[in-house]
Amino acid sequence: MNQDIDAASPKYLRGRYAIVGVGETEYTRGSGCTTRALGTRAVRAAIEDAGLTPADVDGMLSYSYNDSTPSPVIAGDLGIRLNFHMDVYGGGSSTEALVGIAIGVIEAGMCKTVVIYRAMNGFSQVRIGGTGSRGAQAGLSGDSLFTRGIGLMSAGQMFCQSFMRHMYDYGTTPEQVAHVKVIHSEHASNNPKAYYRKRVTVEDVLASRMIVKPLHLLDCCVETDNGTAIVVTRIDRARDCRHVPAVIQSVVGRCMKPRGDMHYQSGPISTVAGAYAKDILWPNAGVGPEDIDITGSYDAFTFTTLLQLEDYGFCRKGEGGDYVSNGTMRLGGRRPNNTSGGHLCEGYTHGIAMVIENVRQLRHDVDDSCPPGPDGRRQHTYDYREGGCRQVKDAELTANMGWAHPGMGSAMVMARGA
Amino acid sequence: MALDGEYLGMAVHIDDLDQENLAFYGFCGRHELRVQKCRACGLLRCPPTTACPFCAHADSNWVPVSGKGVVYSYGEVSHAIQGAFRRAAPYLLLLVELDEQRGLPGPHDGLRFQGNLADTRGELADAALVRSVGIGTRVKVVFRDMGEGLAMPLWMVDPDSPQPERPWRYPD
Repeated sequence: MNQDIDAASPKYLRGRYAIVGVGETEYTRGSGCTTRALGTRAVRAAIEDAGLTPADVDGMLSYSYNDSTPSPVIAGDLGIRLNFHMDVYGGGSSTEALVGIAIGVIEAGMCKTVVIYRAMNGFSQVRIGGTGSRGAQAGLSGDSLFTRGIGLMSAGQMFCQSFMRHMYDYGTTPEQVAHVKVIHSEHASNNPKAYYRKRVTVEDVLASRMIVKPLHLLDCCVETDNGTAIVVTRIDRARDCRHVPAVIQSVVGRCMKPRGDMHYQSGPISTVAGAYAKDILWPNAGVGPEDIDITGSYDAFTFTTLLQLEDYGFCRKGEGGDYVSNGTMRLGGRRPNNTSGGHLCEGYTHGIAMVIENVRQLRHDVDDSCPPGPDGRRQHTYDYREGGCRQVKDAELTANMGWAHPGMGSAMVMARGA
Repeated sequence: MALDGEYLGMAVHIDDLDQENLAFYGFCGRHELRVQKCRACGLLRCPPTTACPFCAHADSNWVPVSGKGVVYSYGEVSHAIQGAFRRAAPYLLLLVELDEQRGLPGPHDGLRFQGNLADTRGELADAALVRSVGIGTRVKVVFRDMGEGLAMPLWMVDPDSPQPERPWRYPD
């Protein structure tokens, strides 16, 4: 399989593109504005962060569940004339996939610089899974008899069988899994923009009410309202931008297990799409999991982080419970995960915020509370106590893992540019 | 022809273009569990699809299956989202692996249905029944009529199968 993928995906694109700008709005539960306004603010912030102007951008990509505002409107509000745009259906796993599409359309000569954004009133307007009151009352069609007809419509309800089977297959314990929330909450306490900045304990997670076994309330992420954006361009242009570029080494987009959305028919259900995606990610990046300094693992739930880290090879299959609880992924540990606090604590963005965080980490300029020095850059202390630093020292390589469901995922490796 | 009914207070409508689901739920309406069997490779599949996921062949026959199987995994919903399920909480989301075609076509594959645990009449299980079921419990299909000519398949503890002494459950 590796050989086929290598033939289809020329390795010379490795290191040829970069993320040069990142931006977001405040994470709230009640933005008080439209997704149009959120998208516009995030895109403008990302362009400014790159040191570019709207006139430098001629491509745009967005993803949504029809709960956003399409890119021609956002571009129009910012006076951007587009040579390329596409608004894609979908949530988690989209970010990395769209980075791959951005590289492809720039490589094809269709445009020069692409902004990717996600704008969502994900708490106050449209909650994921159609779980708002209107969706929950709808009638049943042929296909939905198999889902809403059996009380299966939210993400937790869709994934719970895979999580439970992992506990059965490998002896993974609720205490081990709770560490994901604990560690991400520690990271969030050093992230002034995180929605939840309070540190929690394993006991807090296990004492929170059950939503859908094996998921307690604190095993689930925090739905928020937010706009988020990143800017992708070719490496030669990236070198003219404001910050050290986050150079893209490899991407995997919406890679799937067999049987598509009926993934529960196929293979061990405690194995997720990362088991396939890793065979594209690592050969194309020319590095392996052991080389990675920071991971960004989609934490819609505590379990999703565990399953991905395992199937991408950061530990042996079945040892994810130990990996997430042994301190490896804590700030100061061997390979911190979701240093922003992730979806469990910072806010829910369908994956793009974990990419934004790793871009800032690779710049060595993550937005924690460390005071700025004479050059205006933060002087990081690497003291990870509550309210302190969250910059990972000498971060050179990051891996992001995006998740749509157990059967579908995306991934990306980025390196600190020269 | 379309099928219409009602289930737990929710309107059910299977469109007349939706031939695969009309067939599946129509057989359920006769209290028969049938799945598609590929006319080329002979493998069974469920829920309904418009071609064979194993060989892409277009044609299939609807063949009866035993309706007996084992709980392969489950989730237990405490926080119901849909009004229709609120009074049933906690309810089980079972992943049932049928006895037919276990370990095929791959060693970890099977013929699996997602569905709810019910009592012997097809009513959603009460809390005591929910607590008695876990991975390894033997179950069989039970139908709940949703209207003229269609029914919902649910799963009840199989009284005729030997049961594990203690099915695997999430540690309480």
